Amino acid sequence: MTLFEPNEAQAQIRDTARAFAQKSLKQVAASLDREQRFPADELRALAELGLMGVNVPDALGGAEAGAVAYALAMMEIAQGCASTAVTMAVNNMVAETIVKFGTPEQQRRYVPEIASGRFRAASFALSEPHCGSDAAALRTTARRDLRGWVLSGAKQWITSGDVAGVIIVWARTADAPGTPPKGISCFLVEGGTKGLAIGKHEDKMGLRASSTVALAFDELHLPTSALLGAEGQGFAIAMSALDGGRIGIASQAIGIGTAALEEAVRYARDRRAFGKPIGDYQGIGFQLADVDTELAAARLLTLRAAALKEAGSPFTREGSMAKLFASEKANRACDIAVQVHGGYGYIDEFPAERHYRDARVTTLYEGTSEIQRVVIARDLLR
Amino acid sequence: MQTELTEEQRQLRDTCREFAARELVPQAKRWDHEHRFPAEAVKKRFELGLAGVAVPAEHGGAGMDNVGYALAIEEISRGCASVGVTLSVNNSLYCDPVLKYGTPAQRDIWLKPFAAGDKLGCFGLTEPQAGSDAAEQRTRAVRKGDKYVINGTKNWITNGPVADAILLFAMTDASKGTKGISAFLVETSSPGFLRQKADEKLGICASPSCTIFFEDLEVPAAQRLGNEGDGFKIAMSTLDGGRIGIAAQAIGIARAAYEEARDYAKVRKTFDVPIAQHQAIQFMLADMATELDAARLLTLRAATLKDAGVRHSRESSMAKLYASEMSGRVTDKAVQIHGGMGYSKELDVERHFRDARITQIYEGTSEIQRLVISNALLKQ
Repeated sequence: MTLFEPNEAQAQIRDTARAFAQKSLKQVAASLDREQRFPADELRALAELGLMGVNVPDALGGAEAGAVAYALAMMEIAQGCASTAVTMAVNNMVAETIVKFGTPEQQRRYVPEIASGRFRAASFALSEPHCGSDAAALRTTARRDLRGWVLSGAKQWITSGDVAGVIIVWARTADAPGTPPKGISCFLVEGGTKGLAIGKHEDKMGLRASSTVALAFDELHLPTSALLGAEGQGFAIAMSALDGGRIGIASQAIGIGTAALEEAVRYARDRRAFGKPIGDYQGIGFQLADVDTELAAARLLTLRAAALKEAGSPFTREGSMAKLFASEKANRACDIAVQVHGGYGYIDEFPAERHYRDARVTTLYEGTSEIQRVVIARDLLR
Repeated sequence: MQTELTEEQRQLRDTCREFAARELVPQAKRWDHEHRFPAEAVKKRFELGLAGVAVPAEHGGAGMDNVGYALAIEEISRGCASVGVTLSVNNSLYCDPVLKYGTPAQRDIWLKPFAAGDKLGCFGLTEPQAGSDAAEQRTRAVRKGDKYVINGTKNWITNGPVADAILLFAMTDASKGTKGISAFLVETSSPGFLRQKADEKLGICASPSCTIFFEDLEVPAAQRLGNEGDGFKIAMSTLDGGRIGIAAQAIGIARAAYEEARDYAKVRKTFDVPIAQHQAIQFMLADMATELDAARLLTLRAATLKDAGVRHSRESSMAKLYASEMSGRVTDKAVQIHGGMGYSKELDVERHFRDARITQIYEGTSEIQRLVISNALLKQ
């Protein structure tokens, strides 16, 4: 065994994901994107392969394969279809969060549904129209009543919010906005609950086959048992979930970047200019060498963060480094892939332009690059 | 997946870190100003077993692995980049090929004392007209009985002014191109071995390098390393390992600059607060730390592959390319964070900035690394 070499079980999950991504996802990704079609069949197939609860205990229907296997699988799935990958990422993140903070009852009720694919998806509802990076400024409220809680407010950019079997919703249970985030709590809201309104479907630049909606809670009643974790623990739960989520998005970004590099390499071998393949020109070959190098570094940063998570060690800084680096380099990879393709990089006959659009969100969601730098700097200046 | 260092690797790293902080950091500035080869520090460093880190103990080395070697070079270079490269050349460019290609008899004479730190080696490939295009060798070795007679010129030979032996490349059959190059082990005290004055450089000023002329230098055939015509292959495979050393050196330099910038940012105030509280500074530091980690991971991966005996040309080139370019960016930002003090010879950071620059040039320029990587990518 050597540094950074996956073990047999991890390699097996990776290979399973690779086979499905290359055989099935890659063939449909362009049409899913064009038609903005939610990949319901593909997600069910992923659940059958054990990829909806990669790092979830076997007893709850998961694959119990660990955080490294999850990162490896995500890199592969995102190479096939980034929209399917982000839906998978959120499902896994929600399942893991319920495993980590939920009561046995909550775990039994929701986690097997997510892992088995019986839920079409699961959602994570933290962002609001007026606050993204500054999550502690959220305004959705939950007040107590005789039977439990009453939720009021609105959420924004909720991946799979319209098809989710369960949604983790963050709401203020005490204090005013802007105070230290002790007054934020976390709730499990089931899809179809009375008072849950699905708002606008966002028309996005990329990840067009993933569903992104606004949610509104109009006097939505929840039982006491819907509280996830302790009252006031919500912000800590969000930060913990996002630490892991960042490994997922870093992996997604690497998958998109790797797909773009592969397309660019293939094109650079085939396309000829001035009597030879364009890949033989240093102007092209050297750009591809930089992309190859940066993606390799991104992969190592991401696997390191995943390995720390798996070992139960702190990994906040390392997760942010992985997410920052991988998302920025994936964007560069996709930009170079478009450039190498010339005009063909700008039309939808080739996958390069889809990769370029899909990569763009990775520096934005689950913490912008700026937020990652804040997290890293805070840690290193301590 | 194993990402942790072994106990032995950690110990080596920590020993080197302490040594660098105690013996190198306080003096590196003076050595740089005086352009002085710190022979004493090099000797002490050899006593730590750093002359042949990855050479087995039976051949005089420390018997560690290449991961340990990379960690050691980073730590030493964090203290003094000049000492770092002196060490890297002896380990990677001299001991490693003698270990790999030497006969048992050659190893006794040409490896043991060098891996044990009693003697110092250097590597003679580059010529005035042959840097990146190393195949353009004009130094000639003509066979005469059981000897070769060598004539030609080598330049930029790191350790050249102080080395006891050189691994020298010369053309034995010019009609065969790269297949006509052979490698020789030569004592620097031999008649016809003419060292010129030390080079005046932008950085790594305490690492001496020079041009060497060979005038009818006679070398016994028993001192040929490998077969006739093996030279180019030996040179290229040696550089695969050397690039791990230079990547580690680049990381050490960058880490010194980063740590000094971080500490300076905590104490220097502008507009009533430490500059570390300004986001512009914080974000620079965050990027520096991230890129440093990325470079170290690439380098340790290449070292791991070398330890496993797996081909690692592409991975070594990636490590060297990324680490050296990173070192340029990080030392540049460190100067910026220091403001005017970053430009002053009173502090160390201007030296790091100058020292980092060479890492993009020697043991294969960044352009040569990209050539290696793009060939692997496009021709596979």
